[in-house]
Amino acid sequence: MKHLISVLVENKFGTLNRVAAMFSARGFNLESISIGETEDPEISRMTIVTRGEDRIISQVLKQLNRLVDTIKVTDLTHQPHVERELLLLSLKLNKSTQHEIFELANVFKGKVVDIKQKSITIEFVGSPDKINTAIDLFRPFGIRELARSGAVAIHRGEN
Amino acid sequence: MHNNGEKLIGSEIFFECLRRENVEYIFGYPGGALLKVYETLHDVEDIEHILVRHEQGATHMAEGYARATGRPGVVLVTSGPGATNTVTGITNAYMDSTPLVVFTGQVPSTLIGNDAFQEADIVGITRPITKHNFLVKDVKELASTIRKAFYLATNGRPGPVLVDMPKDVLNADCIFEWPESVDIRGFKPTIKCHANQVQKAAKMIAKARRPLLYVGGGVITAEASEELRKLAIDQQIPVTMTLQGLGAFPGDHPLSMGMLGMHGTYWANQAVSNCDLLIAVGARFDDRVTGKVDTFATQAYKIHNDIDPTNVDKNIKVDLPVVGDSKDFLASLIEAMPKAKEDRGAWLSEIEAWRKQCPLDYTVEPDSLKTEFVIDEVSKQTRGHAVVVTDVGQHQMWTSQYYKFTEPRSIITSGGLGTMGFGLPSAIGAAFGVTDRPVVLFTGDGGLMMNIQELVTAVFNKLPVKIFLINNSYLGMVRQWQELFHQEKYSFTDLASSNPDFVKVAEAFGCKAMSASNPESARNAISEALAYNDGPVLVDFRVIRKDMVFPMVPAGGSISDMLLARLNPKTMV
Repeated sequence: MKHLISVLVENKFGTLNRVAAMFSARGFNLESISIGETEDPEISRMTIVTRGEDRIISQVLKQLNRLVDTIKVTDLTHQPHVERELLLLSLKLNKSTQHEIFELANVFKGKVVDIKQKSITIEFVGSPDKINTAIDLFRPFGIRELARSGAVAIHRGEN
Repeated sequence: MHNNGEKLIGSEIFFECLRRENVEYIFGYPGGALLKVYETLHDVEDIEHILVRHEQGATHMAEGYARATGRPGVVLVTSGPGATNTVTGITNAYMDSTPLVVFTGQVPSTLIGNDAFQEADIVGITRPITKHNFLVKDVKELASTIRKAFYLATNGRPGPVLVDMPKDVLNADCIFEWPESVDIRGFKPTIKCHANQVQKAAKMIAKARRPLLYVGGGVITAEASEELRKLAIDQQIPVTMTLQGLGAFPGDHPLSMGMLGMHGTYWANQAVSNCDLLIAVGARFDDRVTGKVDTFATQAYKIHNDIDPTNVDKNIKVDLPVVGDSKDFLASLIEAMPKAKEDRGAWLSEIEAWRKQCPLDYTVEPDSLKTEFVIDEVSKQTRGHAVVVTDVGQHQMWTSQYYKFTEPRSIITSGGLGTMGFGLPSAIGAAFGVTDRPVVLFTGDGGLMMNIQELVTAVFNKLPVKIFLINNSYLGMVRQWQELFHQEKYSFTDLASSNPDFVKVAEAFGCKAMSASNPESARNAISEALAYNDGPVLVDFRVIRKDMVFPMVPAGGSISDMLLARLNPKTMV
């Protein structure tokens, strides 16, 4: 099963490497990992997407906790959370497809960030599912390049 | 001695920090990146530097010292090759949870990343084999980093910590400030066990008819042997120990069942397979202990106490995890136990019957020498009181079977990594730490050759290490597996034609040496070696070449299903 894990870590060089190396050394699946500074510049938040049976996930959480640079580990999977991913999609462009691409981009709330005679780059933000769907739908137009950020996630607020 | 507020250079801060951590010995080897440190060391009188002959030797010595004394071992090596030579020792310490602080010199910070002379990314290399590691980028961070390194190495589950110190940091100066306390946000080990879990454990023990204590090195690290003894004796629970746990409970006590697992005793493995409650304390269900996981202790409820939560449910699913220090666990358990207890007479007699069915024994022939005899004889002559160090292989397993460990911190052996070459240097380290008990090394001809250069260190420092070389001129354990499981194809395990004359080699190093090849000469050599205290002594025991260690669980087999004696391999398919 897919798990979404949020990890607060010390904002130090080598921390990302320690986490990634722990996954590879122990043979854990690592689908995506994203990291950035938090409101406290000494602390970064990592969002990790991984898959595994409960026993494996429990080891993943414990092993993450065990790292000295790790401050807090939360499995968001079964908690109310917001999860987003950024996709930059660069497509081939020509007169015949232009209209359709714009319409489809609109449906997906995509934002055009670069346009040239023969290419267009659109930015999408959404759940990883939505991103996957967008990629599938745009594929027939000819994908030049794509870059996706991996998920970032955070707890939902309380009333 | 320097004071807070004094202006010091990095290398002076380094020694001042070690002084404040009460370091007695540094096991080290100088080099370019450490020239300033060795310049400062020249005038340091209260910390003794032991010059090793290979950096791997330094790490193993520090491990031997740490395991014998319970205090962290300290290593100092230069950048590049000096640092990479420590990798095996660091991994060994990581696997066996030994507190070690390894200081490596590094090229000047301006050259880091430039493939400079004697540069290696040792922080990157050792990331997966240290508990934590640091690169000190600024002399102002040196004192606090060293403080953190010692704290991390010794608190919670102990382990190796590495501090990489660039040459310019060691030369730069700043105002020295020793941090009185340490606070690391991401490191808050659980020491105190959860009271409810302990209560539950006590109830399970009180109800159990066939309980069994399975005890590992964590009990020794936690200094919890007294508590273990009290619980086992009060509650009449038999005790089996892992290789690292030997000595946690006295091996000569009727409730002691010796080691379990691959080369454990038949009765311990039968007891594990038939118990109704397994109480694992400071042990991690290593695959050499469990054998085939699906068949391990299937009839038992399992309680698992460990200070490291990652050990819980890692290999074996347990019914009651209790995270925390083993001393706290055992002490709170003793208090929580109800007065009334089950009668365990039937269970203990059942175990006694298994013991009689397949005891550990061996035959003595007047003209040939068996390793079991040598170890048994050393056990008798030292009355189980020695600090016993082993190398890796057959002699290591025979030591676990035939030496009667009576006290904690009595066995120092490479359990997790199985490092050949560990024996001699770690025995030397142990001898620096312990002076009131004999330090005995059982090593093999393969393992001794891997770090034999450290004989110089033992001789120079006049350390009375008893080097008992179990010489069968084979890589015996590999040979055993080749015989049993690889169609007797003895590929590259016969060392008879290439081994040196070990007595002459030892003498060339300035070490007293003798040999023995029958029980009588062995007995005499052992007593002569134990009486000799003017430096190291090596006895070359020429033992039967093709002996095998039994009983044995073949790799991946069930521990209830042991090979009890040599069988014709052709019938074993």
